[in-house]
Amino acid sequence: MKSVDCHERVSEICKSFVDTPGGLLPALWAIQNAYGYLAPEWTQTIADDFNLSAAEVYGVISFYKALKTCQPAKHQIAICRAEACQSMGGRNLEKTAVKCLSIEFDSSDRQFDLESVYCLGLCAAAPAMMVDGRLYGRVTEQQLLSTLERLQQE
Amino acid sequence: MTTSIYISQDSISLALGADETVQAIATAAVKVGEPIRIIRTGSRGMAWLEPYVEVLTPNGRIGYGPVTETMVDELIDTGLLKGNTEHPLCQGLTEQIPYFKSQQRLTFARVGVIDPLSIEHYESEGGLQGLDRALCLSAQQIIDEIKASGLRGRGGAAFPTGIKWQTVLDASVSGSDKNKYIVCNADEGDSGTFADRMLMEGDPFSLIEGMVIAGLGVGATHGYIYLRSEYPHTAEVLTRAIELAYQQQLLGEAIRASAHAFHLHLRIGAGAYICGEETSMLDSLEGKRGMVRVKPPLPAINGLFGEPTVVNNVITLATVPMILQQGAEHYQQFGQGESRGTLAIQLSGNVAQAGLVELAFGITIDELVRTYGKGSATGRPLRAIQIGGPLGAYLPSSLWQTSLDYESMASVGAMLGHGGLVCFDDTVDMAEQAEFSMRFCAAESCGKCTPCRIGSVRGAETIAKIRRNESRKDNLVLLEDLCETMVAGSLCAMGSLTPSPVRSAVQHFRQDFGDVNDDQMSGADIDA
Ligand SMILES: Cc1cc2nc3c(=O)[nH]c(=O)nc-3n(C[C@H](O)[C@H](O)[C@H](O)COP(=O)(O)O)c2cc1C
Ligand code: SF4
Ligand code: FES
Repeated sequence: MKSVDCHERVSEICKSFVDTPGGLLPALWAIQNAYGYLAPEWTQTIADDFNLSAAEVYGVISFYKALKTCQPAKHQIAICRAEACQSMGGRNLEKTAVKCLSIEFDSSDRQFDLESVYCLGLCAAAPAMMVDGRLYGRVTEQQLLSTLERLQQE
Repeated sequence: MTTSIYISQDSISLALGADETVQAIATAAVKVGEPIRIIRTGSRGMAWLEPYVEVLTPNGRIGYGPVTETMVDELIDTGLLKGNTEHPLCQGLTEQIPYFKSQQRLTFARVGVIDPLSIEHYESEGGLQGLDRALCLSAQQIIDEIKASGLRGRGGAAFPTGIKWQTVLDASVSGSDKNKYIVCNADEGDSGTFADRMLMEGDPFSLIEGMVIAGLGVGATHGYIYLRSEYPHTAEVLTRAIELAYQQQLLGEAIRASAHAFHLHLRIGAGAYICGEETSMLDSLEGKRGMVRVKPPLPAINGLFGEPTVVNNVITLATVPMILQQGAEHYQQFGQGESRGTLAIQLSGNVAQAGLVELAFGITIDELVRTYGKGSATGRPLRAIQIGGPLGAYLPSSLWQTSLDYESMASVGAMLGHGGLVCFDDTVDMAEQAEFSMRFCAAESCGKCTPCRIGSVRGAETIAKIRRNESRKDNLVLLEDLCETMVAGSLCAMGSLTPSPVRSAVQHFRQDFGDVNDDQMSGADIDA
């Protein structure tokens, strides 16, 4: 899609939220859901629609971990790094993922985003992870490896 | 005759393969020519049995678990569809499983029982009776009932709900839209907690009903649910439940055909733990960065969009319909001291039988872990239990005789928080856990105050040095000093409670921080 089209569509999305009280965050979600991320060059467009400064919009986007400013990789791997998962060997999963993907947490290459998440609410089936939106509980290293290898071969 | 099969679609069941199990059962039933009907429910909360499959028999629901996809053919061959109890995975009647039978399920009474998205099913199990009663009461009468029940907020701070509502009822609106608001805190950021999620996925109408009643109680016609973005499946369930509630006049301009209106909006957070703190959540709902506000003014007086606002946790609100339905008297019979009613305990981590246990306040940690948890999952001895989320203290076995109520927990320097217990076996390195607590605070601090924003970074560095045995003795003193500053100088509990897991680790598990006699840099002047 051409950049101009994006700006128009982004603006359209914004306009559908300007009358919603506190509508900026839902608008940002809607844009991210449509494009997978919030391109920095849209910040001014969004700011204009909401009658805010670009700095204010940037301030909001940068505050929230779940709002992305880079195009997402092909696959999203989110591993829970919080206490219940730690107690069930989660730290080993973390190491395995880093080693297998050769990227650090909260970084990405074209194929994978490796994300830290602090609790998926699956603590009673720890350790837990989410891969491309699908949840996994009682994850073993073997299962993690085979999942990653399957995705690597795609 | 068509056999009814109940299988949970709670996130935890899905994470363990419930959808695949459903598929396999449907296929197998066709193969053996048995007509079945699969009803998706919430989870019964016995996580080690998930995916848990129940078959309706004349005596009640018989359960099997864990039923993974690969076990299905074998189970069908041994008579699962007839409720045959011989297979080792058969757990007998669900209601008779000791873990389940001994619970006192008030808030979670319907979770795992009903189809979460069927209002008919909800009503047949007592739903909407509380609302119908509330519609016949005055606002003050509703609040008096909540006050009399002794209900305290389940989000962590345990503030009396009735008093909070009274403040909002008595406060006057200031803006042009003349609104008060009900905000449901569904941010559930605490690790080791999942009761909010289970409730919303398993019985969403009870939350909606509770919010409508809160609206009647304080005179609010708009409500928001602020749900964390890490719960996408919950968002789907809530979205659908809200749609259905509008269709059936449980929400809208004329609630249950009365003159009362209530509108409900679902908002999704964006991965910030601090947005669970109520004032930060309000800023986030207003579309801003989630920065903590200085109190006063209280949200009850000057909250969302500057208007009087009730902020309550999911479990607090979802308990309200039950209180109105059965009466305050009934609810406050449960519990002890100033801790009335039941607590949705979330038992997790390294424990053989993890899950949700709803009980009256007062069971001891030890009894809970022994009789419900059945010890560790790894078979090794348990060593530490963290209670109340990432800001909660780590308790050693010598303190497990403490009972789970607000006062007793406070007396040992701990807090109940949202009711999560995370168990660790003896392989845990408590210095590593303490360092993690500081790192978590550093990552999640909103940045408004220095002791929290910088203290946590320094705290993590200091613990790392202690672990590496760099000036260990001096750094332990420095760490305590930092903790003191964070407690005294932080605006909200993020900064002031992070020292709680850290200090408890140092105090109760001192050996994990190494021997000061073995200090590499300041080894000269050591006390014996
Ligand atoms: C750092 C921090 C995080 C919090 N996270 C949550 C949360 O995830 N869910 C919640 O209900 N309350 C949370 N709280 C407590 C809320 O600020 C507030 O007390 C609560 O939502 C009030 O509802 P209640 O009276 O029903 O408990 C948090 C508080 C702090 C300081
Ligand atoms: S204590 Fe931390 S999270 Fe709380 S207001 Fe201060 S900086 Fe923000
Ligand atoms: S701590 Fe990992 S899912 Fe909750």
